[in-house]
Amino acid sequence: MSMTKLRTLLAIGTSAFVLAACQGQDAGDTTDTIVDDADETEDVEDNGDETAENGEDTEAVDFRLAMITDEGGVDDRSFNQSAWEGMQEWAENRGLSDDHIDYYQSNDAQDFIPNLNQAIAEEYDIIYGIGFALLDAINDVAEQNPEQQFGIVDEISEMDNVVSLTFRDHEAAFLAGVAAAETTETGRVGFIGGIEGTVIDRFEAGFRAGVAHVDEDITVDIDYAGSFTDASIGQQIAAVMFSNGADVIYHAAGAVGNGVFTETRNRLESNPDDELWVIGVDRDQEEEGNWDGGNFTLTSTIKGVGASIESSANLTIDEGFPGGENIAYGLEEEGVDLTRGNLSDEVWDVVEEARQGILDGDISVPEAPGDL
Amino acid sequence: MLTKNNDKLTNLMVPILSIILGFIFGAILMLAFGYNPLLAYQVMFDGVLRNPFFFGEALRQATVLTFTGLGFAIAFKAGFFNIGVAGQVLVGWISAVWFALAFPDLPRIVLVTLSLGVGMLVGAVWSAIAGYLRAYFGTNEVIVTIMLNYTALFVTNYLIRAVISDGGNTTDRVGPNASLSVGWLTSLTNGSRLNAGLFIALVVVALYYVFMTQTTAGFELRAVGLNSFASTYAGMSAPKNIILSMFISGALAGLGGAIHGLGTFGNIFTQSGLPYVGFNGIAVALLGLGNPIGIFFSAVLFGILDVGSGFLPNRAGVPDEMAEIVIAAIIFFVGANYLIRFLLDKMKTKKTVTEGGE
Repeated sequence: MSMTKLRTLLAIGTSAFVLAACQGQDAGDTTDTIVDDADETEDVEDNGDETAENGEDTEAVDFRLAMITDEGGVDDRSFNQSAWEGMQEWAENRGLSDDHIDYYQSNDAQDFIPNLNQAIAEEYDIIYGIGFALLDAINDVAEQNPEQQFGIVDEISEMDNVVSLTFRDHEAAFLAGVAAAETTETGRVGFIGGIEGTVIDRFEAGFRAGVAHVDEDITVDIDYAGSFTDASIGQQIAAVMFSNGADVIYHAAGAVGNGVFTETRNRLESNPDDELWVIGVDRDQEEEGNWDGGNFTLTSTIKGVGASIESSANLTIDEGFPGGENIAYGLEEEGVDLTRGNLSDEVWDVVEEARQGILDGDISVPEAPGDL
Repeated sequence: MLTKNNDKLTNLMVPILSIILGFIFGAILMLAFGYNPLLAYQVMFDGVLRNPFFFGEALRQATVLTFTGLGFAIAFKAGFFNIGVAGQVLVGWISAVWFALAFPDLPRIVLVTLSLGVGMLVGAVWSAIAGYLRAYFGTNEVIVTIMLNYTALFVTNYLIRAVISDGGNTTDRVGPNASLSVGWLTSLTNGSRLNAGLFIALVVVALYYVFMTQTTAGFELRAVGLNSFASTYAGMSAPKNIILSMFISGALAGLGGAIHGLGTFGNIFTQSGLPYVGFNGIAVALLGLGNPIGIFFSAVLFGILDVGSGFLPNRAGVPDEMAEIVIAAIIFFVGANYLIRFLLDKMKTKKTVTEGGE
């Protein structure tokens, strides 16, 4: 009997642990709108061509956007959050109230389709899928709801009612590589990716090319977390990289990067004389790098997910929905960028030089590590 | 507690009271944080129960949870804690999808059966590794299955990237011949992903019941779980039963994974973590008290809570984690069933005393 009890206890412990581990996201400041009549997943009546034609009318004011996060959640301080911030900014610029925008969080890939259907039932004008993982789900739902307009970030959909928003992340990552190579004193820098794949390949390739552009002899440690959510893995990898002598780490791993910031802060707080830097990703992560002795966020590569959402929504209102198109954003379109952050003047000059080189076409940045 | 069999009514009261207490606990917590619990529960249940699409999704979720729940329960009955259900789901999922992609031209009935069979077998073998190590080397199955979970996760991710999809993050979709979707179920639920897996789950629930109560093998499993020394003394082979229970446990989880793969997604993609359905299956089994019918109903409840939680932030302004807290609280009260039994006993005695007094 005591054995059974022990096992039961273990069971409770484990399940409580598992349940508690299910990501600590916050619903944030969602509005209190209650929509009663979602009894049927009705098709949306008032969009499609109609919206496009009525672009100039008052109806354009009543334009509503929703986004479905990937598994990282809306407060990942990185990719998803930048999308949501862009949406909030869009509503503010348009003078629209909070109930014109909303987000749906996905804790697991199986939530994508129910979340999309919830958003469809609420009759948003454009529903954005944030992240390549949502491509299949968006395609399926777009086929079932040909009148609904969708957007997908980081992937290209062939559907006519989906606009694809892609980024030349490698260009910004190249500049990050230049900044890291110019800053390192140990001759060793690190790159932490989320899940291997075409998107993160661009970050890795760009970063490595940027480092090599400055100095071929600098070692770049590459590691992948296999996750975009597990901060503890990020912390582990960062610990290993720092112990091996790296002094600048660039992460392209969403919420995993939070662990990189934690590790760096812990190290600096126990050894304030160390010079360790983290390069943030997707949005300006300067505030993540605050510690007692200053700030260790060297710089951040900016991915204008929010801006791309804003501009595609505005484009839809003004000229009609760019369905079926792929809108690519790079340095030239100011869709990706590198922040000034804590870069010294000399380093910034080199970065600016590299930026100009890319804009002029003198430097071609590889998209995949295989092209290096 | 899974093995005690004194009072049927008390046994039924434990999960029901646990559910009620779990909801009350969630409500108190919501009140404490300034949310409206009635509104939250209303949007959660209304959203799922009054909309065929979301009800279909909840049942789809319940289908997979039934398998993982049964898988956990059978090992538990035999005295093992198979925490590797999630990993077994994953290996079942990838092998079923892989098989379906490799032979797209087989006739549908053959392809579906074989794909599910392959998923089931791979899940079973994966789990039997832990059983074998336990039976012959005395290793702790909890630790081995946890390690196998991560092995499954990373091997799966590697296979998807390097072998099945040529460097991508997702495999192709399986062909229509491997699809589990049933036309009338899909249209009945407004296009949800509810599929034939539901019927397979119901059949497996019945088979599980028959196996455990009517067959010698099932009796031996339960006997080993109750007292392995006595069973050995009675001539039952402990190693055989250990491996068998883990094998069946993994088979059920693998079949669940195969149905998840073919029915829910139709492909497999790199995972950032182990599938939740695996761990939630443990909770489902605990709430169902190891009874197959109980497991099915608790899977349905979990499916509703899981899908319904998606409505909380947008319609009630409540964080969707609240639903997870309710689930956790329910499991807590199931685990703390001694408390509930104690209270029930107290009430009973009081009644008798009052009656006696009259």
